[in-house]
Amino acid sequence: MSLGVVVASHVDKIAEGVHRLLKESAPDVSITYAGGTDDGEVGSSYALIEAAIEQNDSDTLYCFYDLGSAKMTLEMVSEMTDKDVTIIDAAFIEGAYTACALIQGGYNQADIDAQLAPLKVK
Amino acid sequence: MDLTHEQATRWLLNFHQKVTENKAYLSELDQAIGDGDHGSNMARGTEAVSDKLESATDDSLEAVLKQAAMALISKVGGASGPLYGSAFMAMAKTAKETSELSALIEAGLDGIKHRGKADVGDKTMVDMWQPVATALREDTLSLATIDQALREVKPLKAKKGRASYVGERSIGALDPGAVSSGYLFTALIEEVLS
Repeated sequence: MSLGVVVASHVDKIAEGVHRLLKESAPDVSITYAGGTDDGEVGSSYALIEAAIEQNDSDTLYCFYDLGSAKMTLEMVSEMTDKDVTIIDAAFIEGAYTACALIQGGYNQADIDAQLAPLKVK
Repeated sequence: MDLTHEQATRWLLNFHQKVTENKAYLSELDQAIGDGDHGSNMARGTEAVSDKLESATDDSLEAVLKQAAMALISKVGGASGPLYGSAFMAMAKTAKETSELSALIEAGLDGIKHRGKADVGDKTMVDMWQPVATALREDTLSLATIDQALREVKPLKAKKGRASYVGERSIGALDPGAVSSGYLFTALIEEVLS
């Protein structure tokens, strides 16, 4: 099964906006997103990130995040799920965009990893 | 000494009270070197812990610690959610084997280090948890341990978390996570060790 992408941001509208951008270049890739807390405030939500991971059509996921607590929450969910989750420490938008475009183009994981490597900033 | 589930419940309720009373102060500390939401995040998280514990029906130590972990993970919203949540989750796992207090706190400390990839001297909550864990092992934990840890955290330069962005400016400031962890252990002393 092809790779899926999950984006996690501290703000609901950022996650929504990044998702919209990614879909432009990767209409056939399963992309799910989580933003903000359960109450729509700035922060990260375990429940929303868990839902984004579980509801993604793919079982092999590349996850992108904006800041530290979204990463830690992604890590906690990844330890609980049966899916194969890789958290990518790349520049949030550039990394997610690159991954989505390459998945859409049918590239394999090794090629995608190689293109993501120089985008790692965290 | 062993921690009972009644003591653990009283400890967590007391922690909630301290965090709530000092909510503005914690956020003020966080404003200086972070994003200013530590007080409100922790107040929301410990409120959820106390709601869970007040309606709890399962009375094992493991269950109390696990409920606290889940409430903190789902309600805090900031980085302290996964960090405190991982601490209490690690303590809940350890409670299956032992209810010995120093072993539990040691497990909590390991949980935080694993989640945050921080160590002693990085100016984080680890700089409160580590001296407390050591003092518990040596049976010397007192309020003086906490005061001493806070004095030692001040001159450090932050190497982890949001505070590391401001680099040198973090020197001389108190780390909000170390301060809220200080409340956690003050509550522990009041409810369990006094």
